[in-house]
Amino acid sequence: MPGVLKIILQRLALGVLTLFIVSIVIFTAVNMLPGDFAELILGQGATPEAVASIRRDLGLDQPALTRYFEWLGDMLTGNLGTSFAQLNFQTNMGGGEMKTVVSQIAPRFANTMFLAGVTAAIAVPFALMLGILSALYRNSVFDRFTNIFTLSSISSPEFFLAYILILFLAVLNPILPSLSNIYEGMGFGERLQKTLLPALTLTLVVTAHMMRMTRAAIINLLASPYIEMARLKGMSPMRVIVKHALPNALAPIINVIALNLAYLITGVVVVEVVFVYPGIGQLFVDAVKIRDIPVVQACCLIFAGAYILLNLTADILSVLSNPRLRHPK
Amino acid sequence: MSPLLTIKNLVLEGRSDETWTQIVNGVDLTLNKGEVLGLIGESGAGKSTVGLAAMGFTRDGVRIKEGEVEFDGIDLVNASASVKRNLLGKRIAYVAQSAAASFNPAHKLIDQHTEAPVQHGVMSRHESEKDGIELYRKLRLPNPDEIGFRYPHQVSGGQLQRAMTAMAMSCRPDLIIFDEPTTALDVTTQIEVLASIREIVEEFDTAAIYITHDLAVVAQMADRIKVLLKGDEVEEADTRTMLSNPQEEYTKSLWAVREFKRPQKPAVASTATPVISVQNVTAAYGKVDVLNDVSFDIHEGRTVAVVGESGSGKSTTARCITGLLPPRIGQIELDGEPLPLDYRKRNKHQLRQVQMIYQMADTALNPRKTIGEIIGRPVQFYMGLRGSDRRRRVDQLLEQIELEPDQYRNRLPSELSGGQKQRIGIARALAAEPKFIICDEVTSALDQLVAEGILRLLAKLQDDLQLSYMFITHDLATVRSIADEVVVMKDGVVVEQGPKTEMFKPPHHAYTDLLLSSVPEMDPDWLTNLLAERGVDNIGAAAVDKM
Repeated sequence: MPGVLKIILQRLALGVLTLFIVSIVIFTAVNMLPGDFAELILGQGATPEAVASIRRDLGLDQPALTRYFEWLGDMLTGNLGTSFAQLNFQTNMGGGEMKTVVSQIAPRFANTMFLAGVTAAIAVPFALMLGILSALYRNSVFDRFTNIFTLSSISSPEFFLAYILILFLAVLNPILPSLSNIYEGMGFGERLQKTLLPALTLTLVVTAHMMRMTRAAIINLLASPYIEMARLKGMSPMRVIVKHALPNALAPIINVIALNLAYLITGVVVVEVVFVYPGIGQLFVDAVKIRDIPVVQACCLIFAGAYILLNLTADILSVLSNPRLRHPK
Repeated sequence: MSPLLTIKNLVLEGRSDETWTQIVNGVDLTLNKGEVLGLIGESGAGKSTVGLAAMGFTRDGVRIKEGEVEFDGIDLVNASASVKRNLLGKRIAYVAQSAAASFNPAHKLIDQHTEAPVQHGVMSRHESEKDGIELYRKLRLPNPDEIGFRYPHQVSGGQLQRAMTAMAMSCRPDLIIFDEPTTALDVTTQIEVLASIREIVEEFDTAAIYITHDLAVVAQMADRIKVLLKGDEVEEADTRTMLSNPQEEYTKSLWAVREFKRPQKPAVASTATPVISVQNVTAAYGKVDVLNDVSFDIHEGRTVAVVGESGSGKSTTARCITGLLPPRIGQIELDGEPLPLDYRKRNKHQLRQVQMIYQMADTALNPRKTIGEIIGRPVQFYMGLRGSDRRRRVDQLLEQIELEPDQYRNRLPSELSGGQKQRIGIARALAAEPKFIICDEVTSALDQLVAEGILRLLAKLQDDLQLSYMFITHDLATVRSIADEVVVMKDGVVVEQGPKTEMFKPPHHAYTDLLLSSVPEMDPDWLTNLLAERGVDNIGAAAVDKM
C-alpha cells in the first residue's frame, strides 16, 4: 500500500504544480486579449481621460506582474475578486449590494455541476453497457447499429441534436419542457425534469467515445490466455466479458470517462444557449465579451481545475484497478 | 467398457490470408478412463489444436472440417454451445502452458479456483474453497492455507502451474488436457510439478492427454504415446514399446537428437592467453548486487557453457561482457587487454570482437528489413564494405549458414521458419568477423531437431573459424553436446566450474548435482526411481531452499 500512497501523493503534487502553471498561462492569455473593459464600456466616443479614470478605478494601470501576484495572492485566500461590471456599476451609480465573483459564479457552477452530474449518471452506465454488449455481440447487426448510432450522434453539431430532441420530446410529444430555466429554490424533481433534455443531448454527445473505448479495450483482451482459460472452464460469454475481461480493461476506460466528464463541465456553452440553461458556460462567454477579466480568469481557473482533478482521479483509479500496484509482492 | 474419449478422422483447418488450409489431416485417438496419453511432436505438429479439439473447442481462425469427437457418448463436434459449456471445467478441464498468463491477473487464485465448481453447481463456494486448500496441500504448495488468497503475480511460476492443476481438479473432471505445462519452467521446478501432477492424476484416476515436445517428460507421464508430425499421425504405442522400439524413421530421428556430442578437445595450454577473461565481476541493477565476484576464462576455439536457473545471473554476466551493464567492481579482458567497461567507450575493433546471438530470433530481427539488409548492415558498419563487395560478403555469409543466397537475400524475417531466423541471427553475428560470440539460450525456443541443426552449425563454424563461444543455457542436454567447459551459476555466484568431462562426473557440488539429477531421462522409471531414492521433499525448489 505505501507504493500506491506514494504514487497518489506524487500525482497530487504534480496537479498543484500544473494548476500554478495554468494560472500563469490564463493570466497572460487574458491580458493579451485586444481591447479592455474601459474602452468597451465607454464606446467609441470615449475621451482618453475617462478611459484612464476607469482603468485607475479598476487597477488596470498597474504593471502586469503586480496584478498577477495580487490575483494569485487573493486567489489563495479564496477571494476571486469583484467583477469589473459590478465595480463600475457601484462606483458610478452608487448603492446596491456588492457581488463578488465568487457569489456570481457559485450558483452558476452549481447548475453546471448538476447538469454534468445528471448527464454522467445517464451516459456512463449507458455507454459502458453498450460497450460491453457490442463487445459481446461483436460484428453482429447490434454492434454495427450501435457503432453507427453513436458515431453519427457524436458527428452531428450539438445544437442540431438539441433541436431534434426538442422536436421529438417537447414539440411532437410534449413530455419534457424545451426550456431549462432553472432557478434557486426549485425542488429537486422539477429541476431534474427541466434538466433532462439538455442532459440527454449531452449524453448523445459523450456516449460514443466511452462506448467505443469500452468495446475496444475489452476486445483487445479477448485473445489473452486467461480469457481462453475462462472459456475452457465453461463460463458463459457474458461472464467471460464482465468478470474476466472488464476488470483488466478498466484503466483506459476510466481515462476516457474522465476526459468526457471534464468536457461536460467546461464545454457545454452551445447546449446551455439552446436550452437557456443558466450554467457557467454562458457566464464565461458573456464575461469574455465585455473583457470582465476577474470573471474570465476565475472561470478559466475552475475549468483547468476540473480537468486536472478529473484526470488525477482517473490516474488514481487506474492505479487502484491494477492488482500489481495494489498488492505488491 | 467403452472408451471415455474417441476421436475419429479429425480434420482441422486453419485460416491464413482469408483461405482455409488443412492443419490436422485426420487424426484418430482413443482414451480410456484413467489413462494418460502423451501427445508429442514439434511446433506446428498440431498437438495443441488436437488437444483443444478434444474439448470441442477451437481457437479463432481454426475450424473442424470433418471427423468425430465423442466424449462419454456426447458428440462434441455438433453439440450446442451450452451443452459444451456444461462439460468444460466440470468434466473436461484444461491446464495451459503458461500459468502466469492463464490466470486472470485481476482475481485471487482461490476466486478463480472456485469459479467452475460454483458456476457449474458442483459445490458451494465454501466447500470449494475448503477443497481448494486441500488440493493445494496435496500438490505440496507452500502455505496451502493462505496461498490461494494471493494474486497471480504474487506467486512463482512453478507454484502457479500447480495451482492451475489444482484448479483443473476443482470439479474432479474425468479428463484433463495438459498443454505443455512444464515447458516454461526451470528443471528443478519442472520436476516438482511433474511429480505433483502425476500423483494427483493417479489419486483421482483422472484420464489425461499430456501434450509436450519433450520426450523425456512424456516418458515419465504417459501410459501411451502418440507422435504427430505436421498434422499427421506418425505412430502410437505404449510408452515402453515406443521408447525401446520406435517403428517410424521420424520417431527414431526424434529419439536420436540427444545423441549429438562433440569430441572432447585437448586441454588448453596453461600459458595461453584467454580470448575473454571475466575477472572478479560484481554488478548491480540499482542498488542490488545481482552478480558477485564472478570470474572465468574463455579460450580460443572453445565453448564455455554457463548454466543455471532463471535469475541466476547468466544473462547479466553476458550484459557485463558486452558492456551494456558496466560492472561495479572487476574487469573484462579481451586477448589480455582490458576492455572499457561501458560499451560506449569501446572502439570499433573492440565492439566487433564481441557479438551476440539472442534467444528470440523473432524479436531480434527487424521485421521490416530484408535478410540482405539485416546481414549487410554489420558488414558495412564493421568491415566498411559497400555496393557489390557488400553483396558478395552477404552471399558468402548466407552460404556459411547453409541458406541459398538467391532464395533468401530478399526475403523478410516473417517469411522464414524459427530455425532459419536463428541462422540469420548467427550470420549477423559472423558478419562482424568476431573472435567471440555470446549465445544466449539460442536453442531454447526451437524444436529439438531444429535445435540440433543449429548446434551442429555452431560447432562447424567454430572449427572453421576458431570462434570462442559463451553458451548460456538452462538445458543440460545442450551442455553435454556442445560445451568444452562448464560454469554453474546460482544466485549471481559461480558455484562450480571446470572441463565438461569433470563436471558430469561425480562428485559434484550439491547444486550441480541437483541440476543434473533434475533433467528428465528417457527411462520411464526415472521419476519413480528418483522419488523413491530422494523423497519428494528433496527434489526441486524444496531442495534448493535447503542449500
